[in-house]
Amino acid sequence: MSHNLTGIAASPGYAIAPIVTLKPARPAPLREHVADPRAEQARFAAAIEQSRTELEQIRQLTEQRLGAEKAEIFEGHLMLLEDPELIDATNDKIAEEAVNAEYALREVAGTFIAMLESMDNELLRERAVDIRDIASRVTSHLLGEPHQDLSTLAETCIIVAEDLTPSDTAQLNLEAVQGFVTVVGSRTSHSAIMARSLDVPAIVGIGESLLGLPTGTLVVMDALEGRVIVNPTDEELAEYGTRKQRYDERKTTLTRLKEQPTASLDGARVELAANIGRVEDVAKALVNGAEGIGLFRTEFLYMGRDSLPSEEEQMNSYRVVLEKMEGKPVVIRTLDIGGDKELPYLNLPKESNPFLGLRALRFCLKREDLFRTQLRALLRASRFGNLKIMFPMIAVLDELLEAKRVLAEERAKLEAEGVELGAHIEVGMMIEVPSAAVAADLFAKEVDFFSIGTNDLIQYTMAADRMNESVAYLYQPCHPTILRLVNMVIRAAEREGKWVGMCGEMAGDPSAVPLLLGLGLHEFSMSAGSVLPTRELIAGLSKHEWSRLAEQALTMRSQEDVLQFVQHQLKGAN
Amino acid sequence: MLTQTFTVINPTGFHVRPAKTFVQAANGFPCKVTLLNKGKKANGKSSIGLLTLGIAQHDEVTLEIDGEQEEQAMEALGALLTQMYE
Repeated sequence: MSHNLTGIAASPGYAIAPIVTLKPARPAPLREHVADPRAEQARFAAAIEQSRTELEQIRQLTEQRLGAEKAEIFEGHLMLLEDPELIDATNDKIAEEAVNAEYALREVAGTFIAMLESMDNELLRERAVDIRDIASRVTSHLLGEPHQDLSTLAETCIIVAEDLTPSDTAQLNLEAVQGFVTVVGSRTSHSAIMARSLDVPAIVGIGESLLGLPTGTLVVMDALEGRVIVNPTDEELAEYGTRKQRYDERKTTLTRLKEQPTASLDGARVELAANIGRVEDVAKALVNGAEGIGLFRTEFLYMGRDSLPSEEEQMNSYRVVLEKMEGKPVVIRTLDIGGDKELPYLNLPKESNPFLGLRALRFCLKREDLFRTQLRALLRASRFGNLKIMFPMIAVLDELLEAKRVLAEERAKLEAEGVELGAHIEVGMMIEVPSAAVAADLFAKEVDFFSIGTNDLIQYTMAADRMNESVAYLYQPCHPTILRLVNMVIRAAEREGKWVGMCGEMAGDPSAVPLLLGLGLHEFSMSAGSVLPTRELIAGLSKHEWSRLAEQALTMRSQEDVLQFVQHQLKGAN
Repeated sequence: MLTQTFTVINPTGFHVRPAKTFVQAANGFPCKVTLLNKGKKANGKSSIGLLTLGIAQHDEVTLEIDGEQEEQAMEALGALLTQMYE
């Protein structure tokens, strides 16, 4: 009979193999009196030296296998070997208490491990692992017991352990090791991060029961769900064998797509960008092959705190995103609060219809001080990359002109101050209010680009609150009405030689993408995880053909008709 | 002695890599470098010390610098605190 264990899926994939259980941590060293503390310090120094040599080798191995960035972990470890708080303090303890080095090191390291483990911040808690790793390495040398070497494992296996240190993970022989499962850990453990960059399936935090399994037990790892099937049945083996094969093939395809620009079957190029809400999301956008950032929501800078962010702080955040994107386009949207996003510290009056109230640009034009701070921060960051500034929630032309006037004033002020600015900063607006879509021809003369925010555009066009379950049926991205609005916007922009993007959920919706390609959308911005599947989809579509089909969709009577038509055409193509 | 306060923008606060960068920079100066955060104090030349301060995003961290080259150190290390990202 098989049984299941569940933990945290730390690195995706499937593996099927017998397990190898790593030996548990050695017992804590006992306190022993030493007659000659100087000699003990010398013994400690020798163990540090040996650890240094060993770590230097691991660092080099990691650099070769995973690149300089991952190898930095071990530079951190090498630094710990010189850290005054750890090494000097251990030496002092040896001298003052005339105790053995193993014990002194354990006591000193233990204090820091306990301090770090009690922290609120998960990332800092995880750093206790580094100190444990280094202390254990030095202790092995003091005891003359070599560290277990995982690079020599030769048989196909899944590693089972209490925890894997970063150095263990970096040394795994991936010819043999199909994946690993640990008793403790979280998604942000070093071992989890390493597993993702090594691209090896990993499940962590599965609990003590794991260690009861003898070496050689056959298991199935489903590291998408975080499940381990112990002693799988024949049916389970067959089922997961197929899943693994399918998953691995799919991964190969997506990896290949990552390196390619987005192009349709007939060679038309479009840009696939990612929506981000925090600076650290850039990494995910890049990993998923995004060709730009189509929407950077700046609200995060203002939320979860009790005062407004300074110009300097904002500038630094924008700068990091621009630098990380290395010249790829980055559309940054100015503050969009109100609606369902509140800032308690601004003490704004309650509104009975917040989605129709003082939100986004409407609010910024009322609170010009706050708007100007953000614009200055954006302008100052502009020289670090390819910045495009976007205003949200514009209903009438006067709002756009007013926003542009404030921007021009701040720009002139900065130039007078001698601040270096980016060469060409495009200025655009969101199309999310129906009035702006209908009058897109007027707006197109005044902007460099449009980005259609479909979530709001649909809710305002259908007059249906998207949070309200009872009217959720009206949320219909592919309804001909919405397609007509999108079409109007693209045609209006085309006449003025401007580009149009889309940054709502619709841009990554596989049923909508063929139609949007056909209507001539230039940029599709979506959650990072949708970029590669969308690139794959577009590669199989003829833009020429879909421009004809999209024309037809505009005249249909319902979203259902459109969706059926799209599905039928997609099937017909295959 | 010089004292100045900085806001940390690094979303992950101050974990191994930023701490390492900071300690390496601090070791380049002869003066004494001390960091204070939320009532805790640490040697700016020890990465363990920095980690135990538990510095998180938006924290206001005070840098105390005492000794030779303190002005250059304040400029270089202050910039690291505000700009460092990773």
